[in-house]
Amino acid sequence: MSIPDLSVEALDKRFSDHVAVDRLSFAVERGSFFSILGPSGCGKTTLLRMIAGFIEPDSGDIAIGGKSMRGVAPNRRPVNMVFQQLALFPMMSVGDNVAFGLARRGLSKPERKKRSDAMLERVGLAGAAAKRVDELSGGQRQRVAIARSLVLEPTLLLLDEPLGALDLKLREHMKIELKQLQAAFGTTFVYITHDQSEALVLSDHVGVMSHGRFEQLGTPQDLYYRPQTPFVASFVGANNRIVGRASSTDGGLVEITTADGWTIHAQRNAPIQAGETVEAFVRPEVVILGRSAAELPPGQPAHAGEVQSLLFDGANSAVLLQETRSRREFRIALPQTGQFSDLKVQEHVFFSFDPERATCYKARAGVAD
Amino acid sequence: MAQTAVPRRWRWQASLSLWLLLAPALLWLGALIVLPHIDLAILSFRERVGPRQYAASLAQYRTFFEEPLYWHVFVRTAVISIIATLLTLLVAFPIAWIIAKLARGRASSLLFIVCLIPFWVSETVRTLGWMILLRESGVLPGLLVKLGLTAVPIELLYHDATLLVGLVYTSLLFMVVPLISSLESLDNALIEAAYDLGANGFAVLRTIVIPHAAPGITAGCIIVFMLTLGNYLTPTLLGGKNSQWFTEQIYTQFITRFNWEQGAAFGFLLLGLSTAIVVLGLRLSGQRFSEVMRST
Repeated sequence: MSIPDLSVEALDKRFSDHVAVDRLSFAVERGSFFSILGPSGCGKTTLLRMIAGFIEPDSGDIAIGGKSMRGVAPNRRPVNMVFQQLALFPMMSVGDNVAFGLARRGLSKPERKKRSDAMLERVGLAGAAAKRVDELSGGQRQRVAIARSLVLEPTLLLLDEPLGALDLKLREHMKIELKQLQAAFGTTFVYITHDQSEALVLSDHVGVMSHGRFEQLGTPQDLYYRPQTPFVASFVGANNRIVGRASSTDGGLVEITTADGWTIHAQRNAPIQAGETVEAFVRPEVVILGRSAAELPPGQPAHAGEVQSLLFDGANSAVLLQETRSRREFRIALPQTGQFSDLKVQEHVFFSFDPERATCYKARAGVAD
Repeated sequence: MAQTAVPRRWRWQASLSLWLLLAPALLWLGALIVLPHIDLAILSFRERVGPRQYAASLAQYRTFFEEPLYWHVFVRTAVISIIATLLTLLVAFPIAWIIAKLARGRASSLLFIVCLIPFWVSETVRTLGWMILLRESGVLPGLLVKLGLTAVPIELLYHDATLLVGLVYTSLLFMVVPLISSLESLDNALIEAAYDLGANGFAVLRTIVIPHAAPGITAGCIIVFMLTLGNYLTPTLLGGKNSQWFTEQIYTQFITRFNWEQGAAFGFLLLGLSTAIVVLGLRLSGQRFSEVMRST
């Protein structure tokens, strides 16, 4: 087993009024793309800045390439960072931006030029060295920011929501480009984001962070299909959330009855006693829609509802229903077959889902219906 | 196409209102700056040949170059002004850095007010304050004797060092203000990025902070240099007879000697000197005047 490129050991950071990072431990394998996903204020930026060395942890240790970084200044760490607003130096040309770190290492001018030109070529910006930073497009700047860091051959590249400032189309494009760059260079990337789609698309492993802790650490598939906590289930991907009381349990399956009398079945993740308040999650794409109860797969409990609105979004189109009994909103992904393209608002429909593919958890403290 | 659609009368009215808006500034510039200077220029190029009789000549300028005292004072004024400007920059930069980058919210505005407060007092009173502190029977020499550092009270006034202290003190605010505005506009992420890419504190200062703040630094230096070069009060009070400041020479020609022709020529030489040094400074720092002025 090789030494992980990044290993974080019981890391703790408190600011006067709140805990930013709460005794966090994890390791990132060499050459992998690791994302930290969490809502704003979850402590992910603090964590990243501690790895970069801009913030001193209260306790715990960070080791990069097997070496403890305690007391090592940011300019001496084998880590480089791509900043949220990129922070390219406007007073320098593109080439000088990329060569900046090399110059600080005392490399000769021809050597600097050789390496920075080669790096610019690798990121597809050959010949841009003499340009000013503000002459570049958003995507090109992104590549300069990454080139500027990668030219130093860091053990670890930290990326602080670098796609946040781009418009949607470019963001989608840069996502793919980032993944390809990482694969081409083989450098370990640690990426923080609040955008679950970025984390899922890009990463080998994702840590979902909330209140300074990892709720779950796993592959994107794990997070999506096997969320360990209600937070992960609601944060990663779209989900229908239903809060109710466990009326009975049968092996792994739990029957849940909401306060307004709707009964559903879901798979439990941890022991749940009858009578406990639970949160259940059903993914929109797990649900099967039918115009009559007979169209639904036999053996699955059928539910009825009334179409409230149609959310057309190409391949991601969905329909919002109101469940007949509880008047709760329920989201169902529309199949791509065009079978329901003539669906109308206020139409009565039936739906069902495989209880094995719905999950339920003991309700979090303070969770009400 | 769109331009021809605009009626001629409207364009005429627009240009009239522009001129009316500019009128006060143009009047001020013309009446108070251009006209007197034309008059002074004419004065400087003539010579008194008899009672109320004048002839055009370069005698006033010739006197300046032939009399070593005059151009010695001239060069000395320029050199000390440059030194004072650089010292002001050195003192003001950390102050501006603290106010713009380190202090937060109230602390930052409080610090700025502390810099501003001395300027509520007139320059004369402030300079007299320095005299009270520094003269032989003043506070500081007395303290030095009490501490046993000197046997007798020493005269701290009328030295070049005293003069420099006074000049730096007077100019400080005019350097701090443009520096603060240029440092405030520097994104902290740039400093962090440079640090992250391996730069140490000095390299960050040299490669990021100073290039970014260059227009502000140049603007502050121009303002302070011009104020110092044209300062009369501080050199006279703190430097006394030893100060040998060029403005004192101009004053002497106009008021004591009543030689307006000579005074006017000196005035123009000073104007030429400050222009030449500012142009040289801009050339050396690679800055453009219009950009510098926009930054302040």
